[in-house]
Amino acid sequence: MPFLFDIKRYSINDGPGVRITVFFKGCPLSCRWCHNPESISFKSEKLYNRSKCIGCGSCVAVCSENALILTTSGEIITDFSRCILCGKCTEVCPTKAVEMSGRDYTENELMDLIMRETHIIDNSGGGVTFSGGEPLMHPKELKNLLILCGKAGIHSAVDTSGHVKSSILEDILPHTDLFLYDLKLMNSERHRKWTGVNNELILMNLRLISDKGKDYQIRMPLIEGVNCNEENIRETLTFLCGLKNRPSAVGLLPYHNIALKKFEKLGRNYHEEGMKKPSDNKVNLIKNLFEQHGFKVNIGG
Amino acid sequence: MLEKKLIQNIRSVKKTEQDIVTQDEIQVKPGMNERIRRLREESVSTPATLSIERALIETSFYRKNEGKYSTPMMRAMNFMEICEKKYIYIGKDELIVGERGEKPKSVSTFPELTCHSVEDLKVLNTREQQRYLICEEDIETYKREVIPYWTGRSQRERIFSRVPEEWKVAYEAGLFTEFMEQRAPGHTCLDGKIYRKGMLDFKKEIEDSINKLDYFNDPKATDKEEQLRAMSLSCDALIRLGERHAEKSEELARHEDNPQRKEELLQIAKVCRRVPAHAPRNFMEAIQMYWFVHLGVITELNGWDAFNPGHFDQHLSPFYEEDLKAGRLTREEAKELISCFWIKVNNQPAPPKVGVTASESGTYNDFTNINIGGVKPDGSDGVNEVSYIMLEVIEELHILQPGSSVHISSVTPNRFLHSAIKVIRRGYGYPSIFNPDIYIQEMLRSGKSLEDAREGGCSGCIEVGAFGKEAYLLTGYLNVPKILEVTLFNGVNPVTGKKVGIETGDPRNFSTYEELYEAFHKQLRYVIDLKIRVNQYIDKMYARYFPATFLSVITDDCIKKGLDYYNEGPRYNTTYIQCTGLGTITDSLSALKKQVFSDKTITMDHLLKAISANFDGYEVLRQRIINNTPFFGNDDAKADDIAVKVYNDLFDLIDGRPNGKEGGKYHMNMLSTTCHNYFGNVMGATPDGRLAGKAISDGTSPAHGADTHGPTAVIRSLGKLDQVKSGGTLLNMRFLPDLLRSDESIAKLGSLIRSYFSLGGHHIQFNIVDNATLLAARKNPEEYRDLMVRVAGYSDYFNDLHDNLKQEIIDRTENEAF
Repeated sequence: MPFLFDIKRYSINDGPGVRITVFFKGCPLSCRWCHNPESISFKSEKLYNRSKCIGCGSCVAVCSENALILTTSGEIITDFSRCILCGKCTEVCPTKAVEMSGRDYTENELMDLIMRETHIIDNSGGGVTFSGGEPLMHPKELKNLLILCGKAGIHSAVDTSGHVKSSILEDILPHTDLFLYDLKLMNSERHRKWTGVNNELILMNLRLISDKGKDYQIRMPLIEGVNCNEENIRETLTFLCGLKNRPSAVGLLPYHNIALKKFEKLGRNYHEEGMKKPSDNKVNLIKNLFEQHGFKVNIGG
Repeated sequence: MLEKKLIQNIRSVKKTEQDIVTQDEIQVKPGMNERIRRLREESVSTPATLSIERALIETSFYRKNEGKYSTPMMRAMNFMEICEKKYIYIGKDELIVGERGEKPKSVSTFPELTCHSVEDLKVLNTREQQRYLICEEDIETYKREVIPYWTGRSQRERIFSRVPEEWKVAYEAGLFTEFMEQRAPGHTCLDGKIYRKGMLDFKKEIEDSINKLDYFNDPKATDKEEQLRAMSLSCDALIRLGERHAEKSEELARHEDNPQRKEELLQIAKVCRRVPAHAPRNFMEAIQMYWFVHLGVITELNGWDAFNPGHFDQHLSPFYEEDLKAGRLTREEAKELISCFWIKVNNQPAPPKVGVTASESGTYNDFTNINIGGVKPDGSDGVNEVSYIMLEVIEELHILQPGSSVHISSVTPNRFLHSAIKVIRRGYGYPSIFNPDIYIQEMLRSGKSLEDAREGGCSGCIEVGAFGKEAYLLTGYLNVPKILEVTLFNGVNPVTGKKVGIETGDPRNFSTYEELYEAFHKQLRYVIDLKIRVNQYIDKMYARYFPATFLSVITDDCIKKGLDYYNEGPRYNTTYIQCTGLGTITDSLSALKKQVFSDKTITMDHLLKAISANFDGYEVLRQRIINNTPFFGNDDAKADDIAVKVYNDLFDLIDGRPNGKEGGKYHMNMLSTTCHNYFGNVMGATPDGRLAGKAISDGTSPAHGADTHGPTAVIRSLGKLDQVKSGGTLLNMRFLPDLLRSDESIAKLGSLIRSYFSLGGHHIQFNIVDNATLLAARKNPEEYRDLMVRVAGYSDYFNDLHDNLKQEIIDRTENEAF
């Protein structure tokens, strides 16, 4: 069964038209700037929203593992060494300050949700986007869903990091209408430093998609201090220009720290050192460079 | 792209040197020339004032003539007296002329309907919101001349002396409001007839109708003759009003030194010599014709929701095309004239109410709602170049009135829809968006012919009618959630402890949800019956005492039938009851069903205690309800089925009931304007976790904060209501401005609108604002004077709103997906 952490309706920045975006949980990368930190782990996780918590203590009362403490300031602290992620606390929480991230959906349940969007999908030339996490880490479930969407005449996009076995990619490729392919850094060492993995497999898979003539778009986060330097932009352009078939569009996604709250909810620290939002000037400069090379560029989508 | 094209268009037609503006200016305010800038500034900065002129003329006329003539004749003679004696104002930059009062923003009073007391006038002069200035001297004059005569004679006193006690109790509890207790029944629009016929043509038709009267067999023949003669006199009155403007213009021209203005004044005089006596021949005459007719309607009586030209772009288009072809008019000049008209409407604030609670619907907005786009009577696309000019005017002028709406049918091109969204993106709160494909069905269902339905549209806020052929009277709002509240306390209003409804049983003894619903249904039937009973009476009071003899001239088939607008004269006679709070009632019933009857997480007794305590000490319970109850607007059948049930029951209890006029019926619509705020004010806490005094949900929108699954879930929930059965529904959505920045996102919003309409939606409107702006505006009102927001069906200035209404707008769910 597909294991998801979110489903977003009226999604307007994840491919053509208006889409419903399905977020799989679990990712082989751990990018420092990840704005969905709850998408990385393949397991359920507990999220705690301090600002919603009214300190009623309902959760403490039901916790069989004594993993929860209510502080005098009305905050709940979870002892993760004791917590077994049973989710009882989320059921009794009156304000939904505690929530579990990640659950199994049946295919029927998911297709029902997708089919509810047919009016907007048809009117806008939209579809469904499978994102994550890394949807290709759930190849069987993803393939089934892609086939079901194909049968229903719903345009499908797969938003991927590309860090998967090529055979998996080849397997789902015929069932996918469009790939949204992330390209972060050309230097493999630096790629490893910032995302936890090297980029050879990613670049190879991108070539594969291009060689097969599949419709794909590049999505590139722009992070000052990470990948906005001239060298990386030049190398990216050289690589893309050398591909057999070019992407139908390049999406430049300027860095933001909107995920700060999410890290807080996970009880983790966000390490922002070394990363900055690029200036508008810089973004435009990069946009112009891509356009000069004949690419269609969107900012933010 | 389109904007660019428009700018080029404007540039290409620019002729005079003084009109050439820098490119920067074009981008900010394309085309607004110096004249329009000055007129706009005057209109926006002039405070609303009260004019006692009309009341003085009328009182003196009635003192002299009371008892001498039939009622219709008295009304027509009174109208003539006002047109003959009122001060004629022509402002120095104006091209379109005529004011109801003595100057812009000056509002007449209507003591024959409801007579302001000295205290009322003083409060109006000094209150914080929606102030109407009036000087001491005028108050003294009013006290001396007007009040003594009308005391005991006004329509309002007449009505209140006769209504039953149980009605008064329910009315005071806020179970419903009554529109017609202070203002004449209004809500009407015009079709295209005044562009083909002048007042002299109408007089001829009236004469024909008199000649056809059958005094031997028709028992009403004599009454009809009186009515028709009064209608004929009303035509004369409007002609006189036109002539007096011509005379005044000529006089001003004689003393004018500026040759350009002199020429303009002579042109105005020429136009006023032609219309309204004759049909207009060109673009300028067409606009002036409508404006005289508008003034006639709002001077004769103070009908609710003023008056409305209907499909103004379609009416003006033939004149525009012909003038353009003949070289008599440029696009720029047409735009200037339309701008002049727009400002004229803004110069007419709504007549203020008495009693001065202002909570029910306190606003300067008089709800003139210009319909743009839509379909023609033959079903083809009604969008034309004038439609686009109007969108430009709306964007540039940014004034409170008139309200505007775009009508997006399946035959409407996307480029028009996208142009409209670009105006909406500015965050003015208008235009609102309507679906002719559904409202034409609504009208067909309620008995209109196909052509009449297509020529119809929306007036005021969202209610539909056959323009120029229908009296569709709005009688007041129904506070549906309050009826549940009264049911939960077995007929007692928990806010006052007073019995206001019928006893339907102690809900603590109900063992099933169905039993509770049955009790609510009984209470609902009782309140609706009570309201209708009194409506019938008030309706008759207007037919008897306040025939609208001028409005009858321009409304088919009053001339043919020889009957008044209020007395079965129109081709169609509809009475609406506006039901409010669908979101709040659904969520409350859903909470009761789940928490008390299905999951049994709490007992009824416990819940009643909690709401009686306004959830004080019950916050955990309140949070559990809010976060663990299916609410309306989330595409969740558990809640949506309840909404559909309530909606259908309201329909069954209201629709099709006779309204005392031949063939006339009651219909339901789902509108709240700002009344959801007043209704929330008179209520305690509700089972959905809403706190006492907070606004209930508006129109058919989800309750604030209840919709958490994005806009497509909202439109699907709303799509489950069979909206064709209504006379209008209302959906408010609020988007942040940066989410509509790109052209692609505009197209995407367009597809959201199309999707809602293909699901059967009647209307949708958007608030494009951000919280920071709203918070800042609340803090520093002076710096945000022109900040406008959309509040359920019309636009208002943010700073003119009540504090809790401001808060409501800040609270309203933001659609994060943008």
